[in-house]
Amino acid sequence: MFFALQSLCCLGIRTKLLKIVHPVRFFRFSTSATMAFKHKNTKRIEGLDVNVWVEFTKVAADPSIVNLGQGLPDISPPSYVKEELAKAATVDRLNQYTRGFGHPLLVKTLSQIYERVCGRKIDPYTDILVTVGGYGSLFSAIQGLIEEGDEVVIIEPFFDCYVPMVKMAGAKPVFIPLRNKTAIGNSASSADWILDPTELARKFNSRTKAIILNTPHNPIGKVFTKEELQVIADLCIKYDTLCISDEVYEWLVYKGNKHIKIATLPGMWERTITIGSAGKTYSVTGWKLGWSIGPQHLIKHLQVVQQNTLYTCPTPLQEALAQALCIDFKRMDDPDCYFYSLSRELESKRNRMAQLLQGVGLKPVIPDGGYFMIVDVSALNVDLSDMEANQHYDYKFVKWMIKSKKLSAIPLTAFCGPETKKQFEKYIRFCFIKQDSTLDAAEVILKNWNKQTS
Amino acid sequence: MLRRSGLSLGQYFLRRKNRAGFSWYLNKTKMSRPIQARRLEGLDKNVWVEFVKLAATYPAVNLGQGFPDLPPPDFVKEAFVKAVGGENIMLHQYTRVFVILIEPYFDCYEPMVKMAGGTPVFVQLRPKAAGAGKLMSSGDWQLDPAELASRFTKRTKAIVLNSPNNPLGKVFRREEMEFIADLCVKHDVLCFSDEVYEWLVYDGKEHIRIASLPGMWDRTITIGSAGKTFSTTGWKVGWTLGPDHLLKHLRTVHQNAVYHCPTAAQEAVAQAFQRELDHYGKPDSYFVQLAQEMQQKRDWLVQSLIAGGMKPIIPEGTYFMMADYSELKSEVPDLPDSEEPYDSRFIKWMIKNKGLVAIPVSAFYGTPHKRNFDHLIRFCFVKEEATLKAADDILRRWRLEKTGP
Repeated sequence: MFFALQSLCCLGIRTKLLKIVHPVRFFRFSTSATMAFKHKNTKRIEGLDVNVWVEFTKVAADPSIVNLGQGLPDISPPSYVKEELAKAATVDRLNQYTRGFGHPLLVKTLSQIYERVCGRKIDPYTDILVTVGGYGSLFSAIQGLIEEGDEVVIIEPFFDCYVPMVKMAGAKPVFIPLRNKTAIGNSASSADWILDPTELARKFNSRTKAIILNTPHNPIGKVFTKEELQVIADLCIKYDTLCISDEVYEWLVYKGNKHIKIATLPGMWERTITIGSAGKTYSVTGWKLGWSIGPQHLIKHLQVVQQNTLYTCPTPLQEALAQALCIDFKRMDDPDCYFYSLSRELESKRNRMAQLLQGVGLKPVIPDGGYFMIVDVSALNVDLSDMEANQHYDYKFVKWMIKSKKLSAIPLTAFCGPETKKQFEKYIRFCFIKQDSTLDAAEVILKNWNKQTS
Repeated sequence: MLRRSGLSLGQYFLRRKNRAGFSWYLNKTKMSRPIQARRLEGLDKNVWVEFVKLAATYPAVNLGQGFPDLPPPDFVKEAFVKAVGGENIMLHQYTRVFVILIEPYFDCYEPMVKMAGGTPVFVQLRPKAAGAGKLMSSGDWQLDPAELASRFTKRTKAIVLNSPNNPLGKVFRREEMEFIADLCVKHDVLCFSDEVYEWLVYDGKEHIRIASLPGMWDRTITIGSAGKTFSTTGWKVGWTLGPDHLLKHLRTVHQNAVYHCPTAAQEAVAQAFQRELDHYGKPDSYFVQLAQEMQQKRDWLVQSLIAGGMKPIIPEGTYFMMADYSELKSEVPDLPDSEEPYDSRFIKWMIKNKGLVAIPVSAFYGTPHKRNFDHLIRFCFVKEEATLKAADDILRRWRLEKTGP
């Protein structure tokens, strides 16, 4: 009982201490018979404890701060999504274990949606794995397919977890940056950021096990074109490399852009794991449901990781997601389908965010997809010389901005490998999947920016 | 798409060079190195994937996988509905090393140790003979102290303890725990204590938490589960307790694996615990009521198994019971050359022919010892009356068929 009380104290819940038992801490037996405590962490997690989210979520937790940092929607999920979860929670058997690799109704619905999107047959039982968020799919794919000593190509900037996950598997990240093809400081669009094909080809060799692709891209918002994907696909085929394609923002593409799945290019289905996310699809990041789709001969290894780690994902959430997806699957020809209506809603928020930043004299990189926007803040000329010296400019800037402007964002260098940090250290990332009142509050701060600098 | 494993780099380049034209291109879409990571070797088989599928395929009374088919308490369900339907939309918004496993063990321990590159070392709980005419209890299964002590070496990193134990139902006594604790302290070994069934102990037995013994808090990770505590296995919320210097490493793994657990489920568990705290120790406490209810169901199943000609081992805790089904072995011929353990084959026959599901106990043993315990199968009794009655009918009919009217 003592331990349950301890954990509840940590949750900050009022507790009645019925009995206090103090643990006897270091009680040693005769020293000649005992060994000193020498347990430390395994090599596989060495250096992986530092995490930008842990650092910045704490700082921005103050409710008086306008939080445009972490990718956390504060808009409402669609009401039918919430209703389905409430319904599922009342059904007894939906509170018990379901099929480990994915709740049957959910995998069937996912296969219907993606068969339509990909134009090929997808077996719900062998070609799909339901995981704990997009994170869980990345984890299972990397643990299942990446060997110690393998190399994995990672495009910078990258969603920060790719690197620690690759390292935890004992493999080596090989970086290639997206480069701004316009003059410095002149980028207007995420489409300006491209990979140099020659440079990319040099990163591939016989040890390259996989490339991690993220489209639409976090943080830049780039939506890779078919031609760009073909360059990557050609290299994957030439070097017999896998592709882990993180497409969690697949529905969030803005006018004039089309999301292309690399798995649909010739020769790619057999070597690609495509990752999706309920959290991003329905603005329910707290549901932590994602999925991996791919050929049986790859997915089976992800399934083995899953059966030896978490075994299964929560049932009521999977049932609710399946029901919600059914509703939207039926209206995929209808513009009111949530897959399309959300991106329309976000496009206007994107445009508003861009205007606010332009109003302060900045030139944000307008994203073609996703719900993040990066901007070079050097034009603001903020003097940060009195801040802690051994940090990159963007980290210092964001911490200063949180403190003195009560506005939070995320520093770009968190998404960069060691060689590229200098290239991106003047950039910060804003998240705009926020309700109007949040954007209103951001507007006030930005409009008053030049009135007072502290 | 073919994957040939074990192709050396030299062979790979030779094959590349030897192909030409379009067929070479086609061959390039087939991968010629091993796809999966070596850490997965031998981990593809899984008892749950196998038997859950079977139980779903055949019409059967399912006393196999450990999930309740009785309802979770209303206050628990209401907590979840409240959590998801309410105003707060944010609830919808993140070297060679040895590990000692005590057989029988919950099957996932072994592949998890192997996936981490560790080597499992086994030590068995051994049954003492029960008194004449008495039924065996899970308490009659014990570790041999000298045998256990011999498993602790300089390269032993941890021991996994599970009390109350799945599948046996044993609730380790204080003296047994103290003996294990002494060895952990003496050899500086960590203890991973799986206590998910901590609230399910019968006959007035006490659940001892090894982390509370001298010298143990600083070297123990204690694990609990909402699924077992509140009969909601589908929620998949669990927790670990321990000193910060150990937990910080679990947090690092967590933040690089799944990062968050579902918010709504955690909120609901918190509310459910809050309610339980208000009723702790009182007759209407869910923990008290569940244990009483399970004890009764345990006793019913004991009678049913005896009536069916089996010899149950009375569990002191959990909602599982092992039973010796040797009397019924004539139903399924032994195949000494078969790769599949006898109890697994027996159960498959039982599912198809008798419509009753159980789990083979050999699944809970390391490979060298599987066949020594294949005369035992595991039943789960956290089931509603109708399910247990149906099982009772099957067992009694079966007995009648064997012994004649």
